[in-house]
Amino acid sequence: MKAPPFSYLRAASLADIFVKWDATGAETRLLAGGQSLLASLAFRLSSPSTLIDISRVPELTGISAGGGMIRVGALTTHAELGAHPVVRQQVPLLAAAAPLIAHPAIRNRGTIGGSLAYADPAAELPACCVALDAVIVANSATAERRIPAAQFFTGLYATALGEKELITAIEFPASTAQQRSAILELARRSGDYAMVGVAAQAEFKNAEFVDGKLVFFGVGEAPVAAGAAVAVLTGKPLTGEAIARAEAALDIDLSPPADQQASSEMRRHLARVLLGRVLRRISQKEVVRVA
Amino acid sequence: MSTAVDISLTVNGERVSRRVEARRHLVDFLRLDLELMGTRTGCEHGMCGACTVRVNGNIVRGCLLLAVALDGADVETIEGASQSGELRDLQDAFIARNACQCGYCTPGMLLTAADLLSVNPRPTRAQIREHLCGNYCRCTGYHAIIDAVEATAASRNAKSGP
Ligand SMILES: Cc1cc2nc3c(=O)[nH]c(=O)nc-3n(C[C@H](O)[C@H](O)[C@H](O)COP(=O)(O)OP(=O)(O)OC[C@H]3O[C@@H](n4cnc5c(N)ncnc54)[C@H](O)[C@@H]3O)c2cc1C
Ligand code: FES
Ligand code: FES
Repeated sequence: MKAPPFSYLRAASLADIFVKWDATGAETRLLAGGQSLLASLAFRLSSPSTLIDISRVPELTGISAGGGMIRVGALTTHAELGAHPVVRQQVPLLAAAAPLIAHPAIRNRGTIGGSLAYADPAAELPACCVALDAVIVANSATAERRIPAAQFFTGLYATALGEKELITAIEFPASTAQQRSAILELARRSGDYAMVGVAAQAEFKNAEFVDGKLVFFGVGEAPVAAGAAVAVLTGKPLTGEAIARAEAALDIDLSPPADQQASSEMRRHLARVLLGRVLRRISQKEVVRVA
Repeated sequence: MSTAVDISLTVNGERVSRRVEARRHLVDFLRLDLELMGTRTGCEHGMCGACTVRVNGNIVRGCLLLAVALDGADVETIEGASQSGELRDLQDAFIARNACQCGYCTPGMLLTAADLLSVNPRPTRAQIREHLCGNYCRCTGYHAIIDAVEATAASRNAKSGP
């Protein structure tokens, strides 16, 4: 279908976004890469009166590192995320996630800010942000807030963003030498939203799992951190038996929905399989870091 | 508030200025306003890849881009990429391998395959599949397309040496 009619405004700066947002009605939406918004308009899932194009706002672009932090501008595309040397070195989980998101042509336009704001329950980047303890930097016309990723995703396609508040950047702690990370997912067609996926980051000392996060996507309304599985693993060597117990603990952590792609029990099964695989992958000593 | 906007951009090397409705996506702009029929509309919601074009050198989904957002952009369609001759060997390989049957997916397949070969001149079959994963073909069963891309890479590499 064709999108319903709307007005189009292009913002030139961060301040200009708020000026335009204030001058238009409640039915205004921000347009970043358009890779989710324009698809949903084609389905006529919503009919905004105005789109404010934020894709040329310089304050929302760029990737910089400093003080143990990597700051990623909201307009950073999935393709840039996967290719950027600083991301590949210092936030390897993000670089590993990028090629799993959609298809090459979509990765050239879709942005990290759009992905987090859209908050699809099967999206990779929200889960990565939770696994990495990222901070979402959000701005309104008058204030800046820094929201921990664990508190940002509040439900199905729902976030902690307020009215007329937008994501300007995301901050990630630089990964340390002890940390290992990986992301795995299962989708029916490569590039489609995953039926089940897991983003994992963990620290090992003498083959012992000392700390970590195992965050599933596609299994709930928002990213799900598997706390029971982590508790089973913590402080123990990562043996086959420990992995089996962690897989069993997922019954406590996850109650996945059923849809046309997979039943709830199938998702549980796939989550257990992925957990075993991801733990084996990150526990290997010479983990291949994205070079 | 008017919903039409004046834009000016480059399409296949030519400067183009038009007034477009805000909701008009790039493929409709190319087909209906500029009468460039090479780019297809398939699903119009990002699934099929029939609408693939280049914007500022990168492949994109034409159906998920508003024409109004492209003021100042450099757009290249299958017409431009064909005329420049850069796809000649890839197009010949598609014909030789019967990778172009009804032809509906072909412009998108060619531009996506060319994108892969520009960054990875020696792709494996798995890498070709992965790069083309967002382009549907309802005719060929895909193997012929993978064959054509593989054959093009092989002959380019044979020419340029190891
Ligand atoms: C066929 C297809 C397959 C896909 N597969 C996947 C997949 O496997 N995994 C995945 O994660 N995604 C997938 N996507 C979605 C893609 O990743 C999108 O790029 C992403 O979800 C949205 O980013 P965008 O920049 O395009 O946002 P837009 O579409 O422009 O915006 C999406 C929403 O976010 C809001 N928004 C945008 N930027 C901001 C901001 N900075 N602050 C506040 N609100 C903002 C908009 O108002 C809108 O409501 C797929 C899309 C398609 C079409
Ligand atoms: S028409 Fe654009 S992806 Fe199908
Ligand atoms: S040749 Fe007919 S859709 Fe691909």
